[in-house]
Amino acid sequence: MTLDRIWVFCEAGDDGVATITLEMLAKAREVAGTVEAFCGGDGAACAAELGDHGVAAVYATGDLSGRMKGVSVASAVASAISGGKVAAPDAFLLGTTYDGRDVAARLSVKLDVSVLSNVVDLRLDGDRLVGVEPVFGGTLNVTSRFTNGGPDIWLVRPKSFEPSPVGGSPAEVVDLPVPELGAVGGAVVRDRFTEESEGPKLDEAAIVVSGGRGLGSAEAYSMIEGLAKQLGAAPGASRAIVDAGWVPYSYQVGQTGKVVKPTVYIACGISGATQHLVGMKGSKNIIAINKDSEAPIFAVADLGVVGDVHKVLPKLTEALEGR
Amino acid sequence: MKVVVCVKQIGALDPETKTLQRNVKLILDESDSYGVEMALQLVDTAGEGSVHLVSMVPNDEVSGLRTALAMGADSATLISDEALAGSDALGTARVLAAAIERAEPDLVLAATESSDGYTGVVPAQVAELMGLPSVTFAKEIAVEGGTATVRRQTEAGADLVECPLPAVVSVTAGVVEPRYPSFRGIMQAKNKPVDQLRIADLGIAAERVGWAGADQEITEIAEAPERAAGEVVVDEGDAHERIVAFLDELKVI
Repeated sequence: MTLDRIWVFCEAGDDGVATITLEMLAKAREVAGTVEAFCGGDGAACAAELGDHGVAAVYATGDLSGRMKGVSVASAVASAISGGKVAAPDAFLLGTTYDGRDVAARLSVKLDVSVLSNVVDLRLDGDRLVGVEPVFGGTLNVTSRFTNGGPDIWLVRPKSFEPSPVGGSPAEVVDLPVPELGAVGGAVVRDRFTEESEGPKLDEAAIVVSGGRGLGSAEAYSMIEGLAKQLGAAPGASRAIVDAGWVPYSYQVGQTGKVVKPTVYIACGISGATQHLVGMKGSKNIIAINKDSEAPIFAVADLGVVGDVHKVLPKLTEALEGR
Repeated sequence: MKVVVCVKQIGALDPETKTLQRNVKLILDESDSYGVEMALQLVDTAGEGSVHLVSMVPNDEVSGLRTALAMGADSATLISDEALAGSDALGTARVLAAAIERAEPDLVLAATESSDGYTGVVPAQVAELMGLPSVTFAKEIAVEGGTATVRRQTEAGADLVECPLPAVVSVTAGVVEPRYPSFRGIMQAKNKPVDQLRIADLGIAAERVGWAGADQEITEIAEAPERAAGEVVVDEGDAHERIVAFLDELKVI
């Protein structure tokens, strides 16, 4: 028994359809007969890649001229459903991303149904989906399901599934017009800035080097950047030093930041609060350097070094030079 | 300028009863301290206005609210009702939106997500329920002439968003440094008005909130598979060599 139809929220950037979208498509195909996508933007630009990942049709708003994606896409979907233009799917899957959360939140109010957030697995239980959400730093897995008449709205954490292309023909592009928004559509993007970052992206890097409060000061974060550069790694951070303003939010690994699953994760001066563990426990190999031998990070580390990051990191970076 | 800040008082999850423990002393969610600080700064810059807190809880706990009042917020509304126990994000948003509407704010601030539930959808749900525009994941906010200019975090970097007020803006952690309550602030907070309401006062039916209104249920709670700890070495000045060897074994260098 599978679901009839799932809608997956498609996000895309300059380098094509976002990985989180492709991950959700792979899971959606497992549990539903028909998988369709919806997006706030140009559907034609994504049609080939979406089709390759098994999408039959993509419902697209077209260019939003700076209007916010959340309210625009949610209004467009709700109005297509209430106007009888499309039937509501059994479930919506959206990524736990900046725009994904906005769309899910607005849509839940418009359709008067709940949202379940942060799921890392979805499976069929009878004729309904159940989702698994890690809590307490991933020490407990909570399985939940909706008890309403649907549709389900699930927010899925990145890196939960593996993308798997099936070589389908391009998805049919269907117009999803945004209705007159009125006051709720008042926010408009006036300018966009790209943060220039050298090296690989945090959530795609094979190696991640993260720093925490044990660094002692914002200046000491340069040791993390130095080692990351030497290893071709992405620099990351614990929530503590993001909250302290040492590095931007975009560096944050954890429950409220990015989920990473690199080949090697190097935690430097990070104690291993549950908030952090949930974002990096899935790494293939974990190296931890911390002064405190009792730090919880050592419980998940394949190699733990009890020592001062200020002493170990400079030597490590130097030893790697010329390799 | 009247700024309403949504704040949450948090406890801990009880694996036995599958519910958040609210009968212990609750604290202000650290995530909310940034919204409170941002609101205080915006009112300071504007030279006039007030900061009002809105919070909900199934008991009459106020200690977390007092912390925010001690930081400098002027007043608070606490929706305190046992029917709120088990509320999901949408149920929470219904209650907050109804309470915020009574305050008639120019600007509503919230954290992007709480530290315990972390659904990350409540601020935009509140906005939708109130018929307001919203900007989530704000890194900076400036208000001038009835318009908020917000620098919003994005995957690529940041968007500069203009938004007419009233509006709902959610604030990312770490973007301002929350002040510590002064002794004077703590003393003053004890006498600041905290208006306690029941959901009936907001015209909300009990079946729209709490366990009754949450159209979802937990079917299972299981221990996640443990990740085994590996080798631990104490640095004697040569631990970097062990790390290099480990990276070598993994063939990543």
